[in-house]
Amino acid sequence: MLASLARVVAVTLKEMIQLKRDRFTFGMILGIPVMQLLLFGYAINADPKQLPTALVSRDPGQVERSIVGALERSGYFRVVAQVTGEPEVERLIAAGDVAFVVTIPDGFTRDLLKGERAQILIEADATDPAATSNAVAALNQLPRSALRHDLPALATEPAFDVVIHRRYNPEGLTAYNIVPGLLGVILTMTMVLMTSLAVTRETERGTMENLLAMPLRPAEVMAGKILPYIVIGYAQVGVVLVAARYLFAVPMLGSLGLLTLALLAFLLANLAVGLTFSAIARNQLQAMQMTFFFFLPSMLLSGFMFPFRGMPGWAQGIGEVLPLTHFLRIVRGILLKGNGAIEIWPEVWPLLAFAAIAWTVAILRYRRTLD
Amino acid sequence: MSDLAIDVEGLTKRFGARTVVDNVSLKIPAGEVWGFLGPNGSGKTTTIRMLCGLLKPDGGHGTCLGLDILTQAEAIKRQVGYMTQRFSFYEDLTVRENLDFVARLYALPNRREQVERTMQRVGLSDRRSQLAGSLSGGWKQRLALAACMMHAPKLLLLDEPTAGVDPQARREFWEQIHALAREGVTVLVSTHYMDEAERCDRIAYIAYGKLLAVGTVEEVVAGARLSTWVATGPGRDKIATMLAKAPGIGTAVFGPSLHVSSADPAALRRAIEPLMGDPHVTWRETTASLEDVFIHLIQDATVAQAKEAQDRAA
Ligand SMILES: Nc1ncnc2c1ncn2[C@@H]1O[C@H](COP(=O)(O)OP(=O)(O)OP(=O)(O)O)[C@@H](O)[C@H]1O
Ligand SMILES: [Mg+2]
Repeated sequence: MLASLARVVAVTLKEMIQLKRDRFTFGMILGIPVMQLLLFGYAINADPKQLPTALVSRDPGQVERSIVGALERSGYFRVVAQVTGEPEVERLIAAGDVAFVVTIPDGFTRDLLKGERAQILIEADATDPAATSNAVAALNQLPRSALRHDLPALATEPAFDVVIHRRYNPEGLTAYNIVPGLLGVILTMTMVLMTSLAVTRETERGTMENLLAMPLRPAEVMAGKILPYIVIGYAQVGVVLVAARYLFAVPMLGSLGLLTLALLAFLLANLAVGLTFSAIARNQLQAMQMTFFFFLPSMLLSGFMFPFRGMPGWAQGIGEVLPLTHFLRIVRGILLKGNGAIEIWPEVWPLLAFAAIAWTVAILRYRRTLD
Repeated sequence: MSDLAIDVEGLTKRFGARTVVDNVSLKIPAGEVWGFLGPNGSGKTTTIRMLCGLLKPDGGHGTCLGLDILTQAEAIKRQVGYMTQRFSFYEDLTVRENLDFVARLYALPNRREQVERTMQRVGLSDRRSQLAGSLSGGWKQRLALAACMMHAPKLLLLDEPTAGVDPQARREFWEQIHALAREGVTVLVSTHYMDEAERCDRIAYIAYGKLLAVGTVEEVVAGARLSTWVATGPGRDKIATMLAKAPGIGTAVFGPSLHVSSADPAALRRAIEPLMGDPHVTWRETTASLEDVFIHLIQDATVAQAKEAQDRAA
């Protein structure tokens, strides 16, 4: 047992030295999180204002002017076009020339004064929800602020409804979703890639023959090889969380200790996937291709890119299998909702189950001979 | 445990349809130094890999150090030192780090000291901080050799340990091998050098995966029953070309002379008699050397192999 531990340590130390010498890989490990954070962070941090807005007014007059004034006072909207026809509206929003189209329907003032279901329609281009969500949120205040000055009698209660159509992306992700989600995406990418390369590298360079000739058990090699990556994984988590907190002011309501524990399950699941790939792949290129084969569905079907509930059933089915899906729910739950152990457990056990199966496959597929 | 360090019967290995090692049996007594010879691709490396559990045999069974090669590979690995033909230590680790890694894996006591001593013994102390990948070929061999001997194995399987090593280092290597053998270590070493073969207690010769000869150098030479003539003089190259096609006759150049051998003395005489008139060449009969025997063995094996292939095709 002690000897076994010593062998694991030997492999770990060797991996660390190799990693240290491999400047490129090392740089990539720290570079990926920083780069992704900066790229995605921009979309989050920017709380864009003065968004181009088209106005379709079928009821010109005092009320119309009040509403437009209120929209512009909120800071988020800037009316750049006055249009009349439906085709023109479509063209503007499809081309991305405007982010919003505000339609004040025929007879709006009349309905308002009569107290009858007056509505204005706001269509938002939600392809980039991070860009429009704050503006959409500001619309809640619109009925009150629009009428406060000009028709104070009507401003006491919501005098008219603002009907919001989010175009192209009905669920509208919120900005805070992204940074915690990024944590899972970065870990999936680096953990699977690094481990799958770590073993294939030995096969490719011929050092596997020596390793196999020495008294090392498969489990010892695997444990020794993944230990450095667990450390690296946590380092990446640290980088992302610090950035999330201080650069992007992401709320952290739940326990970071709980997150650390849940992370371990997620890391183990991904490391096992990497080891399985390395046992199947014949060379580093194949290992890399397999990693992307795993990474793409993780990215697309986990709820990181697209809202999970918006996906068709079969896609959700695949998504439910992937570790990233569950981890996203865990990390968003802990950070944003302040979830505790009981709330996240339904998402933790699928991770553990996945890890157990992947580890079994990895150990079974590990080559004990050169055949 | 018997006093046989290696005792295997009928080892066979196939890659796809090709039989690469064919029914090889070896009985190597403990404490002996055996040379493993044979042309390129004859199956030496494959045989050695089966002995230390790196390849699963498709047929045959046996023991290494009294441990079953099929079921006790792990225990075998602890007591065997295997030096791979191709350098397979870590090129991105320094000399010292490589040795340290091995020492840790075998849980050697006084690790640091052992590593230091090993480096001193093989003259690597000055290069301790050099990356293994930047060592010259011969130094890589020395590092690999030192690493596989560090845990004091009872059986050494060395696959061409002296390929690319200078004569001085080769001599030191063989002195070390014999010193280890005196302490009871068994050594199986593959090589292409005749002088190294002659330093072994016994040799095993393999071609096309079949073991063709086993024994001391004298036994192997005697067993071939070769009749050999030496032709000396400036005309020897012409003779070599003329005899190249003759069936059952092997030729080998040694410095200024040419060895011509055959298992059939009468046929050999018939072939060379017409050439004896050449005044630029002098002829005399001699005893066959080990190299003559190997050339003869490989020629026979090639003919047999071709015939076998023909039979299979028919
Ligand atoms: N993994 C493999 N897959 C397929 N064929 C193989 C494999 N390993 C070896 N061979 C084939 O088996 C044969 C014997 O190879 P082996 O390496 O044992 O020869 P060798 O006697 O060590 O030769 P050399 O003197 O060149 O080192 C060769 O023809 C080789 O091509
Ligand atoms: Mg070989």
